[in-house]
Amino acid sequence: MTNVAPTFDARHGAPLLLGLLGLVALVLAIAFLSITVGARPVTLDTVWAALTAYNPDSTDHRIIWELRLPRTVIGLLVGAALGLAGAVLQGATRNPLADPSILGIHAGAALFVVLGVAILGISQLSIYVWLAFAGAGAAMLIVYAVASLGRDGATPIKLALAGAAMTAALQSVISAILLTSPRTLDEVRFWQVGSLAGRNMDIVIQVAPFLAVGIILALASARLLDGLSMGEDVARALGQRIGLSRAIAGLAAVILAGASTAAAGPIAFVGLTMPHVARAITGPNYRWILPYSMLLAPILLLGADILGRILAPPGEVQVGIVTAFLGAPFFIALVRRRKLASL
Amino acid sequence: MTMALTPSAAVHAIRGNLATRRRNVTLGLAAALALTFALALYLGDFPVAPLDVLRSLLSPLTGEVNKGVDFIVLNVRVPRAVLAVLTGMSFALSGIIFQTLLRNPLASPDIIGISHGASASAVFGIIVLGLSGLWVSVGAFAGAVLTALAIYGLAWRNGVTAYRVVLIGIGMAAIMGAVMSYLFTRARLFEVQQALAWLIGSLNAANTGDIYPLAMALVVLIPLTIALLRTLDAMQLGDDTATALGARVEFSRLGLILAAVGYAAFATAAVGPVSFVAFVAGPIARRLLNGAGNGFLQAGLVGALVMLGSDMVAQHALPSIQLPVGVVTGVFGALFLLWLLMASNRAGRVN
Repeated sequence: MTNVAPTFDARHGAPLLLGLLGLVALVLAIAFLSITVGARPVTLDTVWAALTAYNPDSTDHRIIWELRLPRTVIGLLVGAALGLAGAVLQGATRNPLADPSILGIHAGAALFVVLGVAILGISQLSIYVWLAFAGAGAAMLIVYAVASLGRDGATPIKLALAGAAMTAALQSVISAILLTSPRTLDEVRFWQVGSLAGRNMDIVIQVAPFLAVGIILALASARLLDGLSMGEDVARALGQRIGLSRAIAGLAAVILAGASTAAAGPIAFVGLTMPHVARAITGPNYRWILPYSMLLAPILLLGADILGRILAPPGEVQVGIVTAFLGAPFFIALVRRRKLASL
Repeated sequence: MTMALTPSAAVHAIRGNLATRRRNVTLGLAAALALTFALALYLGDFPVAPLDVLRSLLSPLTGEVNKGVDFIVLNVRVPRAVLAVLTGMSFALSGIIFQTLLRNPLASPDIIGISHGASASAVFGIIVLGLSGLWVSVGAFAGAVLTALAIYGLAWRNGVTAYRVVLIGIGMAAIMGAVMSYLFTRARLFEVQQALAWLIGSLNAANTGDIYPLAMALVVLIPLTIALLRTLDAMQLGDDTATALGARVEFSRLGLILAAVGYAAFATAAVGPVSFVAFVAGPIARRLLNGAGNGFLQAGLVGALVMLGSDMVAQHALPSIQLPVGVVTGVFGALFLLWLLMASNRAGRVN
């Protein structure tokens, strides 16, 4: 948000570290809420008992192990991945609007999943992962390549519009397929909204390795992002290899966005909004922005998921919908503040 | 010629060249449109000989009736082609007004949230209120207008800037998208299919009744646009310069935005939010003109041509299925986007 070159500021180190610990506590608290709140409330004692002494005959224990726990773990992982993906994309493109949904990553992933369902008849979430990966990577490459053409490079407005146009174009292909294949429509319409419900431990186990690699890669790229944020010329003068840095950060973002989209569907705006909140707290240093985004995003995501469970009983509102309703007004307020122009 | 032109003669010659180019482009587009229109009346599952088409068209005058053929031509093919031309023109004018005002060739109503507003409103009507037919159109119209007002109001901060309108439009698009997603998960599969069909935009159910509201709107909107267009050239120079030149910037901008929203809203109400016609028409027209004019008239012709041509492809591309027209225009738009951005790179332009 400022043009001052980020430097490591020892004065802020201690409060920021304390803040980070506070966020960890908040994440744990909200994870606990996510396990206990729902159509069938469970008490603290039951949770403890289910975790320490699992009894297969107890309905409560089974709910916790088979429904609530996978859902919470997916929420934590996907939230962390989206927060990091957004922060890394914003840093790598130096663009405050970069986000998996605005850059067309979600539409690309959705198109591949829809094609998989419609043409190959796939209906396992475990194969969606690979399709979503391929689609996310392809879409991001095209959007970024198209937007960065021209002498002024990938400006916020060009990236946003190229991504939005790509999303619209892909969406029309998706619509064509869904329109001609009611079976695909029925299969995909719930996936497409973004949801944490109905995921079991198998999905967790499948996406966890990718998310772990992506998270490590993203956190490790903090130094590169700090370099990029000084501007291409300065970074190059300091000996940084710009293209390589962008490639590493981009790879991290595609792995994170692809895996999280595969696990939970295209969830809008978590990746866009949380890095801005993080940046407002920490200042421009990516060594702090990244961990803060990684913790703030699961808080929003699990918070929205819990809200979705209690808003419309006996049904649920999908987490993707709640986050868009929470995230979009935030985004609009951010645009009105006019502080977006430089990053 | 060995003698150099005097400056005034050079200006005269260039103006003459530009006028010639403008005339050629306009006539070429009009001819292509006329040809496509004729083809649209001729092509179809039920074979009608070209002469019979002509005879049917003239039957109200000659009184020479051939019931079957007349029905096909006058009640099916003519309304469909006329509606395609009018909606294509409306989408194109809406698009080129937004693109010009926001000084960005990508800022068309189906990108900056206005079509999303119409869609969300129509989906709400279909799924929650159980509306159909005309009332869906009314709902879509209201949704488009309200969303546009919301975007303009939110972007207002001592005036509006193109940057804020575009980004807030994208934010509104996300909110409207979430509304639609929510409704989709709450509805029965049949209703979702019905809503989806509307969302893609189709001329398959076109009839004469769909034409009247749009035609009447165009009678009002086109003169309004022409009247406001004169200030647009000044506004292209930037708000401050335009004000200094005597243009009433905010007034004209609001008027043009209202007109653009009107075009988009009426066209969307008639055929659904057909994607990318609004987006592609302006840039194609300007590229054809290559600097010879602001391209509004030509964009209207391009829009009509794209819509009519896409509808013909959609009708006849697959032997067994009639695709909705929105599917064809969307794919066309994606390819065009790539070409547009790569071409502007070659020229080294900012946009």
